[in-house]
This record gives sequence, structure tokens and C-alpha cells, in this order.
Amino acid sequence: MTYDVAIDGNHYRLELNRADGVWSCRLDGREVEVDAVLARPDVLSLRIGNQAYEVKCERVASDLHLWVGSERFAVEVRDPRSLRGRARAVDDHGPRKLTAPMPGRVVRVLASQGSEVEAGAGVLVVEAMKMQNEIKSPKKGTIQKILVSEGTAVNAGDVLAIVE
Amino acid sequence: MFKKILIANRGEIAVRVIRACHEMGIAAVAVYSDVDRAALHVRKADEAYPIGAPAASESYLNIGKILYVAECSGAEAIHPGYGFLSENAKFAKACATAGVKFIGPTAEAMNAMGSKTQARQAMERAGVPIVPGTSHGLESFEQAEQVAARIGYPIMLKAAAGGGGKGMRLVHASQDLKSALEGARSEAERSFGDGEVYIEKVIVNPRHIEMQILADEHGNTVYLGERECSLQRRHQKVVEEAPSPIVDPDMRRKMGEVAVRVAQAAGYTNAGTVEFLVDEKKSFYFLEMNTRLQVEHPVTELITGLDLVHLQIRIAAGERLPFAQNDVTIRGHAIECRIYAEDPDNNYFPSPGKITLLLAPSGPGIRRDSGMYEGWSVPMDYDPLLAKLIGYGTDRDQAIGRLTRALSEYFVGGIKTNISLFRRILRHPDFRAAKLDTGFLDRLLKEKPDGRPDSQGDPKAAEVAVIAAGMFAALGLSATGAGERALVNGSPGGDANAPSGWKSAAHREALR
Repeated sequence: MTYDVAIDGNHYRLELNRADGVWSCRLDGREVEVDAVLARPDVLSLRIGNQAYEVKCERVASDLHLWVGSERFAVEVRDPRSLRGRARAVDDHGPRKLTAPMPGRVVRVLASQGSEVEAGAGVLVVEAMKMQNEIKSPKKGTIQKILVSEGTAVNAGDVLAIVE
Repeated sequence: MFKKILIANRGEIAVRVIRACHEMGIAAVAVYSDVDRAALHVRKADEAYPIGAPAASESYLNIGKILYVAECSGAEAIHPGYGFLSENAKFAKACATAGVKFIGPTAEAMNAMGSKTQARQAMERAGVPIVPGTSHGLESFEQAEQVAARIGYPIMLKAAAGGGGKGMRLVHASQDLKSALEGARSEAERSFGDGEVYIEKVIVNPRHIEMQILADEHGNTVYLGERECSLQRRHQKVVEEAPSPIVDPDMRRKMGEVAVRVAQAAGYTNAGTVEFLVDEKKSFYFLEMNTRLQVEHPVTELITGLDLVHLQIRIAAGERLPFAQNDVTIRGHAIECRIYAEDPDNNYFPSPGKITLLLAPSGPGIRRDSGMYEGWSVPMDYDPLLAKLIGYGTDRDQAIGRLTRALSEYFVGGIKTNISLFRRILRHPDFRAAKLDTGFLDRLLKEKPDGRPDSQGDPKAAEVAVIAAGMFAALGLSATGAGERALVNGSPGGDANAPSGWKSAAHREALR
């Protein structure tokens, strides 16, 4: 099995094979001696040479994180033979969306549709777990649209407003 | 002694009190809101009763419903935990009227102390030093403006009924006063059902040190030493320790004696905490009295060897304090970290959600008071405190070493937590040197973490992550790429997100 693994924008080519319970591994063409025990789902005890590591796997929505000890890595794994390309287009220009960072309730709308806002100005206030959090404009511009009103319940990632 | 106690709370503190009940042979009754049916305290209790909608005012703050459960269950006493109804004099009074013992002070003592403005008035009369400000609730914005101008900015707006940083606003300049006052008032109204707000001058970068007291119902009051609670964020304590690194036996005795005087002036009974602000010259000012068990009570328990919840229950049952002031000795050092469901990468916003993986630390000198478990979904409706991790050692350095070690074992997957923040705090040179004040955490958070925030300095860690990612994908156990598809295709009609147990077992077998 061959994988393309990306961490922090670096791509690694990983070849993994298992025969009779023994793994063979090549990382970017280099032979690596590995040995693994799945201690429980999502927890891998890994030996690389004689170095021992505990690796935890965490998946939330579409994000995959691997923790080596206490260090977290955002990881993307692709099977190059798979046709399901996962490249996501990121467009930093034009209208910017303000999204809810966590599930909660909109308790106040501070700006009105069509008004001008400075970068960093508060646009809405979302309350979750008794904490009020101001959602700020990511750029200077005009509020093109406000998609929620006071009292609206929102989920993490919901678009609250658009700044043009 | 009581045979049955109702715990009018949720989360880790409800579990803590249920454990104490069971240790004393007392049955524990839990209450829960609609989103808490699966909560840990319900699992641990002997009886559990639903009390309504998620909003606290419909459930955990609803006096009528809680007293009704007390009646139905035959509970003889109610432990309120902290927060919710713990400092509500109306509730204490309603308990007395209903013939149920409230485990805490009387309504009268609470009224004298629970309202921060009334406590300030009483301390002014008793000659205890207090922070400059108003000792009455603000009547209008104009009055607030005048007082603030008189004592000088920066000022702090505080809810008279407050606690836990709710209903508090720091104001640096007069143009921010109006919105801050409105915000503090509405938050106070929502959190405590009381919008009264007063002003205090801000002592810049003080230490926050508090004294634990215990009073029985026969006139005996003792102090159990102080806790250093200077590490705060948004006026919410984050790390607490006991004893305070700057308090020597002489200062401890002075503060302790003032605290006992404060409690006696109010006719106080049961467990309470007298909070002080301490300036750079070690002068201390009375801040407020918390008429409840504090979140951070475990650090005092570890250094005194006492169980405060047991003692609360025994005092409420009419027993005398089983020891005198001279019997209280302090031994070792304890530090507590409050584990919150918060996202460190997103300005510590609350981060509710499902806990997919939980690995908990243990070992020498480690105590963990937790309200979470793997598979549980943290609701968005309440305070984001998940658990408390407490390290104990012969001295402060050993306590830090043990806590640091335990934090490296602690893993909460699926939701974001502030565990990484504690690693940064505990290895910070100022923390190690015990140079603490209430501005420490804000300064730390402004510092850019060097390199990867949690790097252990192993350059191979990224490669390890790459290899592990491939293995997880190959095993198909973590819904990663092609392996998972194969699994799902093989289990028609099954839950596409849950890998088959049989196949998981087979894969684990194959790994051997």
C-alpha cells in the first residue's frame, strides 16, 4: 500500500506492507524498521528502531490529527491510486465568511447589513457555555449579508455573516 | 447522620459529593436536566430524577423542582456543590422551610456574605481592610461614571451576587463604561438572577490568595491555610496551589485570624472561603467571602489531610469540629489544573462535543476529579469545566514534576481542551520561580510559543506521525482513506461510521 501523507504542507511518500504480522516500511524511498501494536482503537504503540512512541488518532469532522506524545500534527492521508482527490480550493480574495467557532446561540448582532466595518470590529456575539464571544470582522469592508438574527441557534462552522 | 443526600449540581463536583456520600454510607440522589441524562453524576448516583430543560433556570436553578425531588426521594439534606444554587440565600431559606438541611451556611450568613456589596459593608464596619470602591449596588450609569472618575481608572465592575468571573468587566476608560455596565448587568441577571453591580478599584497585578475556613454549629471556627489562586484568565481561576509560595507561617496566622473574624462576624457555619487581594508589599485586602465549597478545595485537602466534603456533611448533621486550630498542620504542596473544554487555537472559545478518546493519568501524587468519560458528549449549555487534575508532592518542585508528568499522560480526543496551556504554564521560568500575579496568564498568552507549541524537541516526531497515519489508514480503524471504504462496503446495513467490532478485532489480531 502506498500513501501520500501531508503534514504542515510537507508531502511524504509512504510505502507500507504487512506480511505474517511484520510491517515493512519505506519513507520517501528510505527503509525504516517499524513495529506496531494497536493498544486500543485510535492508540498505536509504535517502535521505530528501538525508539518507542504512543500515537493517538483523533478525527473531528473532516480533520485528522495525530498526536505523538503531546505534540499534535494535522495530517492528510491520500491513497494515490484513489480517484477521490481531496484538494480543497482556498480562495482568500473577495467576500469573506464569518463562521461560528462553536455551537451556541446568537445573542447580539452588532452591525447591520450594508454597514462599513473595520478589520477586527465586532459583528456578532455568540454565547456558548455561558461565555459570550464576539465574532470579529476578518477584514475592512462592507457587511454584505447577515444570515442570523438574535436568538438563532448555530452549529460550529455555520456562516453567520459575509463581509465584502 | 443523614441516610440520604440530594446533590443539586452536575459535573465533576456532583461526582465528588456522591463519592463522599458513598464513603460515609449515605445514599446519593442526583438531579439532571434534559441534556444531562448521560452525565457521569447520573451514572454514579443511587437515585436520579429529571428536572427539566437544559437552561439552568429551568433545571439546576429551579428551587421548586429541586425541593420537590428532595421530598419525593426522602433526602434529608441537600449539597449544592458550587455555582448554581450554592450561594443562593432564598434556596437555603426554602430548604429550611421545607425541613431539608442545606449543607452550607444559613440564609442569614449568606445574606451577610453572599452579596458582595453587603459583605463589603460589614467589613467596613468591622475594620477589615477592603479594596476602594462602592459598597452598594450602582443605581445608574451616571453614578457609575462619578464613582469611577473619583477612584480613578482602571476599575472593575462586579456582580454583587457573582462568582466564577461571571458578571465582571474590567474598564480602562470612561467611554467603555456604558457598554461594560450593560454587559455586566445582563450577564449577572442571566447567571444569578440578580443584576446588582458595584465598582472596585483595580489593584494592578495583585496576587489572589484565599483562606479556607470551617465553622461548626457550636461556635467553633478554624482556618485551614491559604490557596494561591493568582493564575486567572477572564477572572476565572485556571491554576491553584496550596500553600502560597509567598505566605510564611506568620502571614498565614494573620490572614487566618482575619478570616475567622470575618466568618464569626457573619455568624457563619460550614465551609467557606475568605478571598484577599495581596499587593507587592504583601498587604492584604478583603475581597469577598465565598459561602460555598470552592472548585479548588482539593489542594487544601491534600496539604491538610482533611476531607472537606465529609466535614461539611458532619457539620450539617450537627457534629462538632473533630479537631482544634492547633491540630491543623500543613504538609507538602499541591497544585490544581482546571481542565476546560476550550480551544487553545481559537482564543480559548468553549468547545463542546463528543469525547472520542480519553486516556487518564494516575500514579504517585496524582488526584483527578472528573465529570467526563469516553463517549460522552459535552453539552454546550453549562460551564466548560471537565475535570481537575491535582498534583501533590513533598515540596513545590516535586508537585510540579508530578503534574507535568501526569499532563503528558492525559489525553482527551474529539474535543479541544486547555491541557496544552498547563504544559506552557508549568514550564515557564516565572511559574517555576513562583513569581505569580493575576496578570501572569494574559502575559503568557501574548508570548508567541517558540516553534510548535507542544514540541517535545524530537525532530523525528513528524515522521512518526506520517508512519502512524499510514498504519491507521491501512488498518481502516480510524475512518482514514481507502481502508475504511473496504470495511464499510463489507458491512451492509451497518452504521457507516462504526467499524465492525469483529473486523476491528481481526485487524488488531493481524497487528501482533
